[in-house]
Amino acid sequence: MPSEIYLDYNATTPTPKAVRAAMAVAAEACGNPSSVHRFGRAQRARIENARQQVAALAGTDARQVIFTSGGTESNDLALNGVTAKSVVVSAIEHDSILRGREDALRAPVHSTGVIDLQKLEVLVGEAGPPVLVSLMLANNETGVVQPVAEAADIVHARDGLLHCDAVQAGGRLEIDMASLGADMMTLSAHKMGGPQGAGALIIGERVQLQARVLGGGQERGYRAGTENVVGIVGFGAAAQLAHEHMDGWQRVAQLRDRFEVRISDAFGDEVQIFGRDVTRTPNTCCIARTGIDAETQVIALDLAGIAISAGSACSSGKVESSHVLAAMGVAEPVARTAIRVSLGPSTKAADMDRFLAAYKALTKGGVAHAA
Amino acid sequence: MQHKADTDASRGDAATPDTKRDRITPAGRPSKLPAPIYLDYQATTPVDPRVLDAMLPWFNTRFGNPHSQHQHGWQADEAVQEARAQVAAIIGARSRDIVFTSGATESNNIAIKGAAKAYRHQRNHIVTCVTEHKCVLESCLQLERDGFEITRLAVDANGHIDLEQLQMAVTEKTLLVSLMAVNNEIGVIHPLREIGEICRDAGAFFHTDAAQAVGKIPLDVEAANIDLMSISGHKIYGPKGVGALFVRRSPRLQLAAEMSGGGQERGLRSGTLPTPLCLGLGMACKIAEREMEAEHQRITVLRDRLYQRLTSELDNISLNGDAEQRIPGNLNVSVARIDGAALMMGIPEISVSTGSACTSGALGPSYVLQALGLDAESSDTALRIGLGRFTTVDEVDYAAERIVAVVKQLRGQQALPTRA
Repeated sequence: MPSEIYLDYNATTPTPKAVRAAMAVAAEACGNPSSVHRFGRAQRARIENARQQVAALAGTDARQVIFTSGGTESNDLALNGVTAKSVVVSAIEHDSILRGREDALRAPVHSTGVIDLQKLEVLVGEAGPPVLVSLMLANNETGVVQPVAEAADIVHARDGLLHCDAVQAGGRLEIDMASLGADMMTLSAHKMGGPQGAGALIIGERVQLQARVLGGGQERGYRAGTENVVGIVGFGAAAQLAHEHMDGWQRVAQLRDRFEVRISDAFGDEVQIFGRDVTRTPNTCCIARTGIDAETQVIALDLAGIAISAGSACSSGKVESSHVLAAMGVAEPVARTAIRVSLGPSTKAADMDRFLAAYKALTKGGVAHAA
Repeated sequence: MQHKADTDASRGDAATPDTKRDRITPAGRPSKLPAPIYLDYQATTPVDPRVLDAMLPWFNTRFGNPHSQHQHGWQADEAVQEARAQVAAIIGARSRDIVFTSGATESNNIAIKGAAKAYRHQRNHIVTCVTEHKCVLESCLQLERDGFEITRLAVDANGHIDLEQLQMAVTEKTLLVSLMAVNNEIGVIHPLREIGEICRDAGAFFHTDAAQAVGKIPLDVEAANIDLMSISGHKIYGPKGVGALFVRRSPRLQLAAEMSGGGQERGLRSGTLPTPLCLGLGMACKIAEREMEAEHQRITVLRDRLYQRLTSELDNISLNGDAEQRIPGNLNVSVARIDGAALMMGIPEISVSTGSACTSGALGPSYVLQALGLDAESSDTALRIGLGRFTTVDEVDYAAERIVAVVKQLRGQQALPTRA
């Protein structure tokens, strides 16, 4: 039996009906998009339509969109596909960035969760050119939005390239490539209502990229392999839907904010909400609770029918405390008690009420009596 | 077999399984209008409706991230593990030896480059073959630029490698032998057991690109001493965007990951696993394992019928690749004095190809056919006809009739002094 209330949208999202419908049509079709016959051409047309939908979300030209198998592959392509002598990343990046280039220098963040731009400037200056900087637009654990445009100015002043992992921001915030100043941007379908197994790397005009996956020369030679047509179609539909419903996040942000006020009122110093004073994605709340381990909270809440997470899903199998909170200077005993609550477009006020009741019922032993 | 013979080939989308036809075919379509007929099963295959049915709920109510630690996540993870077992079963492997990837291209990249990176200080020689898929050749080329020694075996007129040559090529410096199980253009089957023995004797790893072989011929990684095997979803009636790599665990083979990150798939392939796609691949393997034998017989009959008809009604038509050691779903024929592309244009309602889909956008003769010793002219006259699970007798008969008519017409035109 699945949980009844899903508050783990930063791990993955359900696919809306319209997206499933678009995918169902594509799934009934056959043909390799590289084939020249009519079956192939029809598939090609589906992909190019999706490319435009994704490009529109990012305010770019369709030609700049490279479809991949997801955020991790896009990040790998960005980090290892360009010729950069040195790489600087923020300390709070996703593991696919942190482990993507082991030699990368790490720029610290303030206690708010926002990158320290002065330190970034120093690191970029010290790094041997050409430099590549990778800075996420929104953090997956705290939702804290990073000053990507300012970072881009710093990087461009040194003739470097800026890559932005916008996986958690796509479909939730404006992600206009030009105003962000990003040279490359990563998007993932399944964080915005699309299917798992599809993503994109969007590249600017001046980026020289070498493919990582070699073969038949698909995606203009940047990414070989028969395209995941159904996944790409779902990605495109999800991008368009998200783009059209961007104003819906105001309601979600209000739900989240109201929830945080009620939690603070109820628990005072017993809880700590990270990144609350800075701009965050509208859906994310990262919250520590004195004395109750995150794992205990996750299990108790799951029993109460509520799905949340103790950190990012990729590493949530491992007993490791969050590198994001550590970078923000959060003490390990506190970080161990932090959970991530992430809302979605269909989260209702009643869901948050039930969650609050269950959260209030949490005890050190983890027994929650949900209302 | 589940598939009833379709009595009216002109009725619907030939690539779509019978069970779905009524739903997607516009009613009242004039019966004279030829249906688009799909005969390009080596390029890709339609998703089997049973596969699609297994996948759909996982886009909807069961959408969890299989790496999440709550019920949504556990439910997805459980399903992924079942799919992993289904993939393992069809090649005689164990579940824990299967790594999910985004497709056979990625699997081939990981296998070749990953093994090279992990062992480069011990052995630096790789043996492959000139008729391999682009992604194998390109991966080897990159390694060659990077200091590896690459031996590319030639093939004979039938598309076979010479096992003696292989034996001589493999030395104590050979890290990896990468030879495909079934060729994508000519359907020729390589002798995996014999290759595996040679590799074992030399202590070299054996990688095989089995994208075209899984579900078509019996495969057993133990019997053939295979260490790495690439598998594709969309070549076996599963979805695009998913594949697998078999990585032998005992004795353990090391691979350096191509992508780092969340450490999924034992650290070999990071990234959220696409649950519905993994399930689709699993179900496709399950069906293929069960129906392979019957399907093999049915498609052989259809293939023979088609070839018989073409050769009896047209002169100067020849089969490319070994006639016996090939999968039944592949017919690659050269039609003398006829340009393959022109022939394709003459039969727009029938989807066939002149070669591999990956390179079909590129002009120029097929490197596979050239490797068989065909001159440029004979390569240009080649047509690849791929038959599969949903191919019907009527489709085959219709295709034969049309190909014969158009070839005769083109040949007649060519006899004229001027062409319009």
